[in-house]
Amino acid sequence: MTAIGVPVRGPTALGDDPSRFARLTWTLAVTQFKLKFYGSVLGYLWQLMRPLLLFGVLYVVFSVALDFGKGLTHFPVMLLLGVVLYTFVVEAVGSAVNSVVERENLVRKIEFPRMAIPAAAVLTALFNLGLNLVVVAVFAVVSGVPLHAALLQAPLLLAGLVAFALGLSLLVSALYVRYRDVRPMTDVFLQVLFYGTPVLYPLEALPEDLQPWFMLNPFAVVVQQMRHTAIDPSALSPFELATGLQLGVAAGIVVAVCVVGYRVFRRMAPRMAEEL
Amino acid sequence: MSSGFEGFLDETLRSFDGCDAAFESDLLQSGELRRGEPDRKRDLHVGTVAAAAGRRDNAGMAAPGPAVVVDGLHKSFRLPHEQVHTLKERVLHPFVRATHENFRALSPLSFSVQEGEFFGIVGRNGSGKSTLLKCLAGIYHADGGRAWIRGRLSTFIELGVGFNMDLAARDNIVINGVMLGLSPREARRHVDEVIAFAGLEQFSDLKVKNYSSGMLVRLGFSVLIHVDADVLLIDEVLAVGDAQFQQKCHDQFTGIRRTGKTVLLVTHDMGAVERYCDRAILLEQGEMTMLGDPHEVGMHYLQVNFEQETQEPVQTPGDSEKVARYGNRSAEILRTWFEDEGGAPATSLPHGRPCALCAEVVFREDVDDPVFGFNLHSSADHNVLAANSEQAGASAGSGRFRSGERVTFRVRFDNLLSPGRYEVTPAVARAGAWLDRRERLASVVVTSTHSTDAVVDLPYEVQLDRSATSPSSQALA
Repeated sequence: MTAIGVPVRGPTALGDDPSRFARLTWTLAVTQFKLKFYGSVLGYLWQLMRPLLLFGVLYVVFSVALDFGKGLTHFPVMLLLGVVLYTFVVEAVGSAVNSVVERENLVRKIEFPRMAIPAAAVLTALFNLGLNLVVVAVFAVVSGVPLHAALLQAPLLLAGLVAFALGLSLLVSALYVRYRDVRPMTDVFLQVLFYGTPVLYPLEALPEDLQPWFMLNPFAVVVQQMRHTAIDPSALSPFELATGLQLGVAAGIVVAVCVVGYRVFRRMAPRMAEEL
Repeated sequence: MSSGFEGFLDETLRSFDGCDAAFESDLLQSGELRRGEPDRKRDLHVGTVAAAAGRRDNAGMAAPGPAVVVDGLHKSFRLPHEQVHTLKERVLHPFVRATHENFRALSPLSFSVQEGEFFGIVGRNGSGKSTLLKCLAGIYHADGGRAWIRGRLSTFIELGVGFNMDLAARDNIVINGVMLGLSPREARRHVDEVIAFAGLEQFSDLKVKNYSSGMLVRLGFSVLIHVDADVLLIDEVLAVGDAQFQQKCHDQFTGIRRTGKTVLLVTHDMGAVERYCDRAILLEQGEMTMLGDPHEVGMHYLQVNFEQETQEPVQTPGDSEKVARYGNRSAEILRTWFEDEGGAPATSLPHGRPCALCAEVVFREDVDDPVFGFNLHSSADHNVLAANSEQAGASAGSGRFRSGERVTFRVRFDNLLSPGRYEVTPAVARAGAWLDRRERLASVVVTSTHSTDAVVDLPYEVQLDRSATSPSSQALA
């Protein structure tokens, strides 16, 4: 049979036109970002306040009252950085979970690359991360953290973190369409992630033979390496702490999450409109 | 897919004129459209497309080939059985999966739409119209079959989809444009036009949540119209908006026809189908039962629609035991019904065709010269027809009727009634006294592709003689 024009292929995760996917993701993310604090007087300031307030509480409780950071250089800066990075993961994954369901009216009425929705959720969280990192930088300078050349690694580490968050977001947002249990499971997972990462306690507070095992957690690797490069070179880097195998597992988790998330989403995308 | 269909499609690609004959014979041969319910009467009407083609040729439009080809597309949905499990059951049988059934929303169907054609898709609620549109739009994943679309596609399933209530019209237009496939730059370029078309210049910076629903509709439609698409898929948009805006939409449709865009329009408005569409298809329970001339499809749709409606147990006056009844019953009206032009009992009658009012009467006593009559009332309670055997010229009287005799009484007339429901009151009388009169015993729905405010819909001709001299000046000369 002679075909004319474009065959109708039904909805897909990415669509045929990558630039359309990119434009759509960008537009959705910008809109979401604008709307987030629309109508509140202080606007973006609230976006900065949230991690700062969490940091304040944690700092008073764990650093001042319980003295976790005793003998460590720049523990408050490290704490703030950890909180900001964790906030990014929570925002990205937490808002991605129900993003597809929330935008039901779009999914059921318009043809567009479905993956733009969770991708936009992650991108919005990334905008916030950018703003928050400015605050961390200011705080670091005020606290007298010197600038290290190794800081150039930071974008690479952030890219790894974004990949991790994106993979998770794709996975949970696709599964949530069919299984509503995914949301509480995600919440629990994010809690576990927080306490399984040396954010509010320094890695040094753990028994020495346990420390390498924490490096199986890719988020912990990112946090620890950020600390090592940006804040305190005397802190052990994951490469000194853990074996290559352990780090390989951590990297493998990120890759696996991305691959599985992408594949699950791609598989679910064609039928999302009717399952909502 | 039968090879016959492929042949048909190849044929279609070669020439537009060849399409209909090939399609007709093909459908009839393959029996594709008859699948499913053999017992149901399912005539395939393949109307003449020559008229439509001619119309376009008059407008100076060439028909370069199909813009949309649908080949055996079908779609089923999984309908889960909603079951409430108690926690105990859940714990005892954790792996029992929810059952579901497959609902066939769209049986395999094939057709093609020419470039620049205005193509109507009609059918009752739940007949699969929107499913078809969504499959073509790429919103649903079709289970099988194939479809092609040539050119940029724009879908309009619902007005104002994706409008964000907290944003101003301008932002929403850009976002909506991007969703529909424009680049942000293209979308921004159109903003002013879109707002102007919607007539919302004063409100362009107002949050959309403060818009009236009519304003939202206008904005939504305006966005759609301004996406530079070659193929438009439109689902039910004419039914909304105020009169002025509807006129604008109509004008716009006329404009679209002229620009050579291809439109697939899902609608219940048979007037719109007739006015704009070159061809139309009729869907019934997911099957394409008719393809062809929009007028014929429209008439058939109305017929099917009201037949099914009246078969459902609607509370008609005749059903009620308390229907008012007068007379001494020396003659009894057993039943009354309507017949179409073929003489078959009908619950709906198409406008403009002959039809008949009928009643069966049995005599309980000997009666001389009884008069048989009907009154037909519209739903607005106008008596639109008073017919009886006396007025019909039987001046000598109807003669003597014996006890026990059965009579079928029929009044034939051309159905010039305006569309709507009508109720009939049959009566038998003698010398000014009722023998039997049963108020509003039966009802019928008159269907028409156009509606009117008038009590009846008489055929008429319009004439304007502007160049002719007036009668008065003629008289003077």
